[in-house]
Amino acid sequence: METVKDLVHNPRFRNTLSWIALALILMGLVAGTYHTTQKVEYIWRWEQVPRYVLFKDSNLIEVQEDATVIALDRDGSDTVIVAANFLDEEQYYTVPSDLVTTSVGDEIRSGQVLAQWERWKAGLLLKGLILTLEISVLAIILGIIIGLFTGLARLSGSPAPKWLAIGYIELIRGTPLLVQIYIFYFFVGQVFKLSNFMAGVLALSVFAGAYVAEIIRAGIQSIHRGQMEAARSLGMSYYLSMRYIILPQAFKRILPPLAGQFISLIKDSSLVGVIALVELTRAGREIGTSTFNYFEVFFTVAALYLILTFTLSMLVQYMERRFAASD
Amino acid sequence: MIEVRNVYKTFYSRHRVDALVDVSLEVQKGEVVTIIGPSGSGKSTLLRCLNHLETIDRGEIIIDDIPLTDSRTNINAVRAEVGMVFQSFNLFPHMTVQGNVTIAQIKVRRRPRTDADGMAMKLLEKVGIPEKADSYPSQLSGGQQQRVAIARALAMQPKIMLFDEPTSALDPEMIGEVLDVMKTLAREGMTMVVVSHEMGFAREVCDRVVFMDEGRIVEAGTPEKLFDSPDHDRTKAFLAQII
Repeated sequence: METVKDLVHNPRFRNTLSWIALALILMGLVAGTYHTTQKVEYIWRWEQVPRYVLFKDSNLIEVQEDATVIALDRDGSDTVIVAANFLDEEQYYTVPSDLVTTSVGDEIRSGQVLAQWERWKAGLLLKGLILTLEISVLAIILGIIIGLFTGLARLSGSPAPKWLAIGYIELIRGTPLLVQIYIFYFFVGQVFKLSNFMAGVLALSVFAGAYVAEIIRAGIQSIHRGQMEAARSLGMSYYLSMRYIILPQAFKRILPPLAGQFISLIKDSSLVGVIALVELTRAGREIGTSTFNYFEVFFTVAALYLILTFTLSMLVQYMERRFAASD
Repeated sequence: MIEVRNVYKTFYSRHRVDALVDVSLEVQKGEVVTIIGPSGSGKSTLLRCLNHLETIDRGEIIIDDIPLTDSRTNINAVRAEVGMVFQSFNLFPHMTVQGNVTIAQIKVRRRPRTDADGMAMKLLEKVGIPEKADSYPSQLSGGQQQRVAIARALAMQPKIMLFDEPTSALDPEMIGEVLDVMKTLAREGMTMVVVSHEMGFAREVCDRVVFMDEGRIVEAGTPEKLFDSPDHDRTKAFLAQII
């Protein structure tokens, strides 16, 4: 017969108990959050949130005063209807080309509806998400390039590249990213006439490059010396040996820390909001300031970042599995 | 084929180590030379100097009439003519056996892939493992890995082959298969310099055995002479230890 003591020491029972505990903790967290917001008398308006991502844009074009259509000018997918009143003063109405029902010579009357249509448009959050994605992807690519060259320079036997690399790495790692962004915007941006987008991307790339350089250096150093010797003994140059023997092996090893670095980069991109780039975080703040829906908006912003970072880490896990073929 | 003239080499790690002291050695085309000696005697260093994996402090090394010490020498071109086999195999783990044997042919010799593949299969048959062409090094035994390493070096069609303790990292039952490949090579007339303590191999195919100690060549001679009636006491003492 099972006693209580037996039950307590049964691993399966303990496992079940642990799952129940997990469920209780999660429920407690949700209940706690709910209770706290009740206390501050916050009115949740989740129904407001979707339109910050995507919204239906309604358009109605009405005629201002009686006139005669004198021309239809195509401008991309839109058409500009040019009409003249009895004083020959021109009026312009821009309508999607496929909705144009009038033709040259038609009389149009004041208040007449020329066209009415609805269009899906990206809300501020979606625009911010796209900008965050653009900045991050560009900074990751540039960061890898900068990091690769700096990492190789760091390992060089000759003093100039080695010490330049060490100086750069220490400088970047020793100063706050926020300060670097300001420097890139106010100083480098002014000198080289960069847009704030370029300044932001460059600041993030240079920042990521320093960390990537250290990761790549460690990766190359972790490859056994015999690999380089074997490659060189076959007559391969330093470049060929690096390109085909050392870096492919090193890359496989540094993939996890590199992924961590790039996840950080995506999150760090929230700082470029300070140089008037309306990326995801800044977009959230702007919506918050005008609607006071801070709670919902920032929960949504967090979820959108999570989608980006989670996708990246899934991608890296997939690559790791692909590379594992030779193990 | 190989001329080593009065070579000196000193390492400064924790303390000063004179790895090579006034070493001179000549190896003729088609000759097979084995270097023996206690650990730290400089035999591996000498071998590594022959394809410039180590630089020398003083003296001269001439490979196939090209001086390695001349700064105008294209060292990669010389290395392409000098194959090397390492104690720890050093196969490229991220490539298949086929990839290991073809990469340098394609990138250095600029052979078309089909030619390189043909050469790889020919050599893998020669070393007795054509069925492993698509395996990765981690899937092979030590003996098989070392045979692939020999095939990889031979794929460059080198004029000289250097072997740095090729059987020291192998389990005893795998030593034979590697030595057999080396013996075949020796009989085909390859110029070989081997650092090894495999007496049987030395007696069977070597023209000369060189005994080194403390960075110097103590004595050299035919295997029979050196193994059976060495001139120096140090050689006798060393041979007494390894037999």
